[in-house]
Amino acid sequence: MKATHSTLRRTAVAVATGLALSLSLAACSAAGGGSAETGNADDIAAALKEKSTITVWAWAPAVEDIAKAFEKENPNVTVKVVNAGTGNDQYIKLQNAIKAGSGAPDIAQIEYYALPQFALSDALADLTDFGFDQYASDYTDSTWGSVNLGDGIYALPQDSGPMAMFYNKAVFDQYGIEVPTTWDEYIAAAEKLHAANPNAYITNDTGDAGFTTSMIWQAGGQPYTTKDSTDVTLNLQDEGSKKFADTWNQLLDNDLLAPTPSWSDEWYKGLGDGTIATLNIGAWMPGNLESGVPEASGDWRVAPLPTYTAGDTASAENGGGGDAILKQSKNKLVAAGFLQYMNEGEGTQISIDAGGFPSTVADLDSDEFLGYESEYFGGQKINEVLVQSAKDVVPGWSYLPFQVYSNSIFSDTVGQAYANKGDINEGLTAWQKATASYGNEQGFTVTEK
Amino acid sequence: MGALLIYSLLPLFWLFVNSTKTQAELLNSFGLWFSGPNALWDNIVATVTYNDGVFVRWFGNTLLYVVVGAGGATFLAALGGYGLAKFNFPGKKAVFAVVLGAVAIPGTALAVPTFLMFSQMGLTNTPWAVILPSLISPFGLYLIWTYALDAVPTEVLEAARMDGAGEFRTFFTISLKLLAPGLVTVLLFTLVATWNNYFLPLIMLSEPTWYPLTVGLKQWSAQAQTVGGDVIYNLVITGSLLTIVPIIVAFLFLQRYWQSGLASGSVKA
Repeated sequence: MKATHSTLRRTAVAVATGLALSLSLAACSAAGGGSAETGNADDIAAALKEKSTITVWAWAPAVEDIAKAFEKENPNVTVKVVNAGTGNDQYIKLQNAIKAGSGAPDIAQIEYYALPQFALSDALADLTDFGFDQYASDYTDSTWGSVNLGDGIYALPQDSGPMAMFYNKAVFDQYGIEVPTTWDEYIAAAEKLHAANPNAYITNDTGDAGFTTSMIWQAGGQPYTTKDSTDVTLNLQDEGSKKFADTWNQLLDNDLLAPTPSWSDEWYKGLGDGTIATLNIGAWMPGNLESGVPEASGDWRVAPLPTYTAGDTASAENGGGGDAILKQSKNKLVAAGFLQYMNEGEGTQISIDAGGFPSTVADLDSDEFLGYESEYFGGQKINEVLVQSAKDVVPGWSYLPFQVYSNSIFSDTVGQAYANKGDINEGLTAWQKATASYGNEQGFTVTEK
Repeated sequence: MGALLIYSLLPLFWLFVNSTKTQAELLNSFGLWFSGPNALWDNIVATVTYNDGVFVRWFGNTLLYVVVGAGGATFLAALGGYGLAKFNFPGKKAVFAVVLGAVAIPGTALAVPTFLMFSQMGLTNTPWAVILPSLISPFGLYLIWTYALDAVPTEVLEAARMDGAGEFRTFFTISLKLLAPGLVTVLLFTLVATWNNYFLPLIMLSEPTWYPLTVGLKQWSAQAQTVGGDVIYNLVITGSLLTIVPIIVAFLFLQRYWQSGLASGSVKA
């Protein structure tokens, strides 16, 4: 559920998204499915009684368990869960299947950042056809905003990733570092830590598109605006984008960022031995710390994300995603029934138990969830911090209708600024330029500001 | 030479060293030397049993793709290359241009169009989607073609024909033997190419039970970045070690046949 990138994937996504987008913009809709395209709760309930099979493409391990529980309740329905790849790998296959007009699953797990691309290319069913717009108030504003694009609802949110600062308390204590509440304090902490132990860094960052966009989001930037699904405005030098870049430049220029790519084995190693002291990341991180770095149990704590002004509470989403019904699905009513179960019904608890951070207000506000004391985090009630962050997410953010491609060229542009210890602002400008020219090639009208 | 050895052997050494470590030791110890109790056997057992032994399934898939794909590609290259070298027919120059052109186009660029074509034919997400494209090796064809020009002396063929052997008999009893070193070279190339094939199966297959090792191991590695996913780098590394063993064996076995000049001296210059 997180954004990563690699050269191989990048080529693949570039090829796949290019084809898919040009196709969709040529006003050619994906082949429609079978009989019932729409229906209310009764129609869904009736459909679930008949013998049927649906396929779900998802990489989150929880979906497997949710499917089993669902099949128990609906013995006539078989849910085939297929891990067709994590993130981009799956999007490539999805784009190809959409382009080919067959081969797509009934339901696919899609991250929020990638959702506009599939929704606006007319590949996903509009869930308002099943009356799912009534669920708006069940989800946090930011996650509902991520699936509500234009007039349609294109997925039900599954997990979410309100950001927080995870820090290694043992390391902070060892070097007498206070928990930073502003980015200025954060930079000061970075200097103090690195001076005390040249092997230790406040955090790692080798340039990651998902992290950068989340940080711009927190800083109040709105670099992407889309009107009428083809009219795109880009401004990666707006006030918020600059604010983030200027701040982060101070860490980059002074060699205060560990040169370790996220999700690598070295990264897990750094999180375990204290050489990476904090992570500003989505609320799903605790589960990954527990399974990936068990030896650091008891050392980590979580605090609100530092802000630009003291006393401020701004936060942003990082990662997370939902599940969408494909237009190609021949069994939309059954798919809708499963979707409902997975993200509205019993499935949410199974997902939470597997380490997913929910997007449903009821789960977030439940005493059980808020009162959970994490042994890994030294008994801290971590969800109090994380749920507050979900409420503090800056409203109004949106991603590009070709964000998957744009993120795939991040390392060629902003990544260069990282590699050369240059100015991130210049990297952002280069990223914008390359993104805009791709958008124009694909038939969008891109305005750069 | 020393630098070259380090460059080529260090990754193998790293792979072997780290296959002997548990997940915890992997992250806590120096990467280029052994540490802790030797967990190689445990890792191997865990690798082949994890997730209902899906690794074994992937291994079998890879073998299938390699045996049918690389073997078939070599055989087809032998037929085509020999034919082009030893027979004259109209349009031969055009074939030459097409083959050279095909060598120049990377497989990756053809993957998506191939996907769309296969999708029309209902072949995607089946083993055929991986095997059929692997059967075509323009480079192999070209190599056999040029090799056959010299390695199979036309005089020998004429002698065979004089003795009344048909073309098929000549090909299978005489020419194939003379072509053997070239065939082994092509086989090694196609073997490595199919064994390492990543992008094509990644695109074609969505069903994990048909994955080859490359795509499967990547899926294991990606688990570390999913919510609630197991971090199993030790299995990814051990799996990678097991994956390269057959390739090493194939090289050691095939290099015996990899000699040139088998036919030298068979005819008078």
